Amino acid sequence: MATAFSVPKFAAQPFNPISPTSQQKPLIFPTAASPFLGSTRKLLHLSSSSQLNLRRRSSGSVFAVSDIVKEKKSTSIPSLLITKEEGLELYEDMVLGRAFEDMCAQMYYRGKMFGFVHLYNGQEAISTGFIKLLKQQDSVVSTYRDHVHALSKGVPARAVMSELFGKTTGCCRGQGGSMHMFSSEHNLIGGFAFIGEGIPVATGAAFSSKYRREVLKEADCDHVTLAFFGDGTCNNGQFFECLNMAALWKLPIVFVVENNLWAIGMSHLRATSDPQIYKKGPAFGMPGVHVDGMDVLKVREVAKEAIARARRGEGPTLVECETYRFRGHSLADPDELRDPTEKAHYAARDPITALKKYLIENNLSGEAELKAIDKKIDELLEDAVEFADESPLPPRSQLLENVFADPKGFGIGPDGRYRCEDPKFTEGTAHV
Amino acid sequence: MLATASQRILGQSFQNIRPAVSVLRSYSSAAKQITVRDALNSALDEEMSADPKVFLMGEEVGEYQGAYKITKGLLEKYGPERVLDTPITEAGFTGIGVGAAYYGLKPVVEFMTFNFSMQAIDHIINSAAKSNYMSAGQISVPIVFRGPNGAAAGVGAQHSQCYASWYASCPGLKVLSPYNSEDARGLLKAAIRDPDPVVFLENELLYGESFPVSDEVLDSSFCLPIGKAKIEREGKDVTITAFSKMVGYALKAAEILEKDGIYAEVINLRSIRPLDRSTINASVRKTNRLITVEEGFPQHGVGAEICASVVEESFAYLDAPVERIAGADVPMPYAANLERLAVPQIEDIIRAAKRACYRSVPLAATA
Repeated sequence: MATAFSVPKFAAQPFNPISPTSQQKPLIFPTAASPFLGSTRKLLHLSSSSQLNLRRRSSGSVFAVSDIVKEKKSTSIPSLLITKEEGLELYEDMVLGRAFEDMCAQMYYRGKMFGFVHLYNGQEAISTGFIKLLKQQDSVVSTYRDHVHALSKGVPARAVMSELFGKTTGCCRGQGGSMHMFSSEHNLIGGFAFIGEGIPVATGAAFSSKYRREVLKEADCDHVTLAFFGDGTCNNGQFFECLNMAALWKLPIVFVVENNLWAIGMSHLRATSDPQIYKKGPAFGMPGVHVDGMDVLKVREVAKEAIARARRGEGPTLVECETYRFRGHSLADPDELRDPTEKAHYAARDPITALKKYLIENNLSGEAELKAIDKKIDELLEDAVEFADESPLPPRSQLLENVFADPKGFGIGPDGRYRCEDPKFTEGTAHV
Repeated sequence: MLATASQRILGQSFQNIRPAVSVLRSYSSAAKQITVRDALNSALDEEMSADPKVFLMGEEVGEYQGAYKITKGLLEKYGPERVLDTPITEAGFTGIGVGAAYYGLKPVVEFMTFNFSMQAIDHIINSAAKSNYMSAGQISVPIVFRGPNGAAAGVGAQHSQCYASWYASCPGLKVLSPYNSEDARGLLKAAIRDPDPVVFLENELLYGESFPVSDEVLDSSFCLPIGKAKIEREGKDVTITAFSKMVGYALKAAEILEKDGIYAEVINLRSIRPLDRSTINASVRKTNRLITVEEGFPQHGVGAEICASVVEESFAYLDAPVERIAGADVPMPYAANLERLAVPQIEDIIRAAKRACYRSVPLAATA
């Protein structure tokens, strides 16, 4: 396991473009390449995958750790990767994520939710696999696809649902919305609409952890930050700027790429010169790891090592998780460009079904217990929707609140006193 | 107030003892002169030593002693963990500063000039200014963005823009622009202590100018209030509002106008957002005429906002149309004579004042 994370600073990676496996995207396309490099090309290689996994081990120390995990499982007497409690916790978290997002879709079409809503169906393994390993004080920074990150980090479903309904009981009092989930209690610091915007903020949070330990002398401050972002973001300048600075200053951060192959309707292969994102890590002096993002156990193993590395002070890691979103980019996306065969392929690799199968096959749990969890989550969500429905809308006076931490930022009124001291200030008149 | 009174007394007592030296003393009334550069440097120094959470970040702030030597000596004093030389990655390091501020640290991010802040403006507006609102008060961002703003000498179009009106239009930001050393010290200290994001617009040409400061200003707890303008010179005929370098021009124009019998009141805005509308309106109600001076582009500028504010609140008091003096509506040219034409000069202020006072025929609208 350790070898996967040795920093191969200037070691030339043996470039092995035509070793098609399920975990590597082809770089050289057959000569009859059409200009439309859809993911169907990848699909052709997928079918001839599984037996070739073992061969890939030789091609470099930064390739999929999941291979080694898989190998271990099949050759030795299975020492299970998780205990029963952990397994059930993972299952429950993933089911919560899936059911919540499905409920969001329902509520959206009923008109209770509005604006931009981006759902996470299919990617639950990443959120659960990583975030369930964190402490409360560790931070998570996400993108606009942040509902499930919020739930995994511990923000109550009620608070998230109310926020989506725009009610005052939401985690941000209805002022943030679907794309801007913040919770200082759970150290979820966003929720950013611009892609790439969260990466420098996450790097800053990691910086603050290091600063607290080294300059402010808070000796036990070893908080780790996780930055979640997509494949499209990996072409953005801020991503590279932060890979550089995080490695330069050895910040305790893990950059998690949720590569679902599509940025709205732009296929990753059409947009990127070298689609293998994990290779961009070593270019900046940090390990780059690729993992199957549809398998929560594999993700968890990789996450354990990356987070431990950061906590020890050894610096950042770039983890590319290959995953897929079962729904469109947002609820307004007609999702016409993706090939149905591709969708079917990934639907067959549903992370929740996979974990369920694992738990049952390894006698960690039974159907009945898992069904009980499903039911519990359904009830939780119904309660959340009811709570959100019954919650009040924000009052008019809330419009002007929270612009500044120091409300004197509204300046001085016509009577010469600070506007915020005027008792009528937050009564919500348009005359600000 | 008390400080200056005691200094006068001191000055007089010295006069009794040592007449030769007292001539000089009585002019400066025992006040020190410091440059704006030293004022900023001392403010940063004091705030960094008072609060270990304050740290500096920017290009060349450390070993180079600051691109304009504002951060001179701070690396030696506080070490590389608190004075960070960054790579040339404005978007990246501004975002890092914002992320650190989310967790209670107090970064002071330096932009070599505010023109470069355009590469990071997403973080200034979207992740700094709007965060307290989006998170409903859970996350405040005690960050300061500082650097030189506006035209310097002969640096061309891409290094000369004034960003006061751009940043001042955004709720969630506080925008400050000092003129003299007292402003520089007081406002920077207030900005660093403030729990909200502050954009601190300095001026490169003012860095080397010295201004007299009282002992009160040199005290380490000296702070100026954010949102309050200062009346630099009292008058009764016309109000001139200005900020940063234009305050100096306005003061000189006021001196010249005095000879023609026009007594101008010069307001140093100090704080562009929040704008001290009450001081401006009170002054206009007294003088009935207004001239706004700024270096930036005229459309949607600071002067436009002041004019609208005065028209909304003190329309009946205006005896003449509000005169807006701004930079020319062109990207800054390089040639020295053209550059002089593109930036307001003292003569422009004087002409505008005379027009406002009906002492001369109004020109057709020009830059």
